Amino acid sequence: MGTLKLKNISKSFGNVEVLRDISLEVADGEFVIFVGPSGCGKSTLLRIIAGLEDATKGEVIIDGQMVNHLGAADRGISMVFQSYALYPHMTVEANMGLGLKQAKTPKAEIKARVTKAANMLELTPLLNRRPAELSGGQRQRVAIGRSIVREPKIFLFDEPLSNLDAALRVNTRIEIANLHNSLNSSMIYVTHDQVEAMTLADKIVVLHDGKIEQIGHPIELYNHPCNMFVAGFIGSPKMNFFDADKLDVKNAITVGVRPEHIKIDAKQGDYECEITYVEHLGSDSNLYLTHPKLGAFTVRVFGQVAYARGETLHASLLKESMHKFDEHENVITDI
Amino acid sequence: MHLDKKFSHIGRSIFIHTFLICFTILALFPMVIVIINSFKTRKGIFREPLSFPTAETFSIKGYETVITGGDFQLYFTNSFIVTSVSLFFILLFGAMASYALSEYRFKGNLFMGLFLAFGIMIPIRLGTVAILKLMVATGLVNTLTALILVYIAQGLPLCIFILTEFMKTVSDDLKNAGRIDGLSEYRILFTLVIPLIRPAMATVAVFSMIPIWNDLWFPLILASGEEVKTITLGAQNFIGQYLTNWNAVLAALSLAILPVVILYLIFSRQLIRGITSGAVK
Ligand SMILES: Nc1ncnc2c1ncn2[C@@H]1O[C@H](COP(=O)(O)OP(=O)(O)OP(=O)(O)O)[C@@H](O)[C@H]1O
Ligand SMILES: [Mg+2]
Repeated sequence: MGTLKLKNISKSFGNVEVLRDISLEVADGEFVIFVGPSGCGKSTLLRIIAGLEDATKGEVIIDGQMVNHLGAADRGISMVFQSYALYPHMTVEANMGLGLKQAKTPKAEIKARVTKAANMLELTPLLNRRPAELSGGQRQRVAIGRSIVREPKIFLFDEPLSNLDAALRVNTRIEIANLHNSLNSSMIYVTHDQVEAMTLADKIVVLHDGKIEQIGHPIELYNHPCNMFVAGFIGSPKMNFFDADKLDVKNAITVGVRPEHIKIDAKQGDYECEITYVEHLGSDSNLYLTHPKLGAFTVRVFGQVAYARGETLHASLLKESMHKFDEHENVITDI
Repeated sequence: MHLDKKFSHIGRSIFIHTFLICFTILALFPMVIVIINSFKTRKGIFREPLSFPTAETFSIKGYETVITGGDFQLYFTNSFIVTSVSLFFILLFGAMASYALSEYRFKGNLFMGLFLAFGIMIPIRLGTVAILKLMVATGLVNTLTALILVYIAQGLPLCIFILTEFMKTVSDDLKNAGRIDGLSEYRILFTLVIPLIRPAMATVAVFSMIPIWNDLWFPLILASGEEVKTITLGAQNFIGQYLTNWNAVLAALSLAILPVVILYLIFSRQLIRGITSGAVK
């Protein structure tokens, strides 16, 4: 079992309110990802769940039990940190076994669990090395191994991949996904990275300024963002926003269209635009266009294009993929 | 252009080295004089104080007097006990206080830090009279404990000031990982934090040790009894009102330098890393 419930969590540092009234449920075995801009309180929330920081208000409930008064070691959680945080003076094996040793687990069982985790992460040949003798990717795997060995109810990850290079990040991401499949434990994961969030999550929690903006399945957030912040935050390149009256759309203040929902054509279309910049990514291309009335916006097209800066292009916005927002930046759902 | 740069680099390093060599000579000069004169006869010392001992003036009479006659070994032991025990407690309490100041947010944290570091600016000797009264009242006069207590108080401010800054640089993640693994705050301090700031600890150790070893003031006032004399005070035995046994004084002082030099050599590798750790990464 590994369920988590947060009830009206608030946190202030002095006068600064960092988290406001956060309520959230994580089901057993669920993979939940916190995303949000830098400084929005993701790490603080994770540290509150871990018991490394006390909430100013609210309750943390793990497996139906209120754990506000419990220390980090007694909550049945484990945490993987961005900076690996391995104990520099211990071997990989000792690093992974320390938590169990502190909990007075029998030696044989520690050995067995460490061996199992090491096999899982292909760390067996490295067990007698010290962290200084490992590469960045290996260190991160040891950190993950350390948390597996504890057999926690809930895994916590704070941007575990952001110190790795791109190729390694993809590998480790897949490893974490496999880990989640084989262990079937609940995981809470903080990241900046869109791709990590979209690919790993069962449920994404979008945080902004210490508040939850929206909770939902990645595709649900992509298709039905509940406000302009979420709409702009999920998806890359960012959603384009236009004044509704410039597009002649009624009953809305702002209209959002994703870059992939704009059709372009060299000859005909609704808006005649100038190309200001082209990004060739190989598999797809991003075109930056300007229109005298609409202003600047981005278009994403599949595959490669032969257009160049300065050329003229016709763009048409797909009506059925438009998102409409009211004066409070909330989405308008017209049925 | 390349040459120019190289030249200016060499020029700079010549300048720096000249400066450092001059400084070293200046600092070592008195010590060298003491040491070479300790190996000379009395006549040799007064006729030609700056020359090296020759076959004619060479003598180790001073060392004989010091080692065989009198309580030199006792003084030496006293100094050693006072310095090492004080140093141990300065580092222990200093590290614990710095950890609390750098790690925990509590009301009055800043005030506490300033208060504890205040002693850097106010010499503890200003309080001599009060300290003496206190020691008399508690019956600690003429004990090594009195000296140790005073030296701990004297060493703590600088120690806390330096260590607090260094402890702030230790990664929070590491301490948190320890907490999740169930380490107590003491274990986190002693097994995770202190090993990482070893260079700073060594720096503090050297800066605290030398004044304690060399101090004449507090031994004279608080512990002048024969049994508890430290070596700097003991060396004064050979300085008489009418006749000073210079051989013995110089020999005693030369011997007194030794342990400090040895300890310094032990700490110095760490020390250099401590001083340059911010600059060279
Ligand atoms: N110990 C602290 N004292 C005071 N303010 C803090 C403390 N820790 C965090 N904060 C503030 O709380 C806010 C949220 O910090 P947090 O580390 O949770 O952000 P984050 O969402 O994890 O950002 P990032 O993506 O950059 O890691 C920030 O504005 C930060 O300045
Ligand atoms: Mg963070």
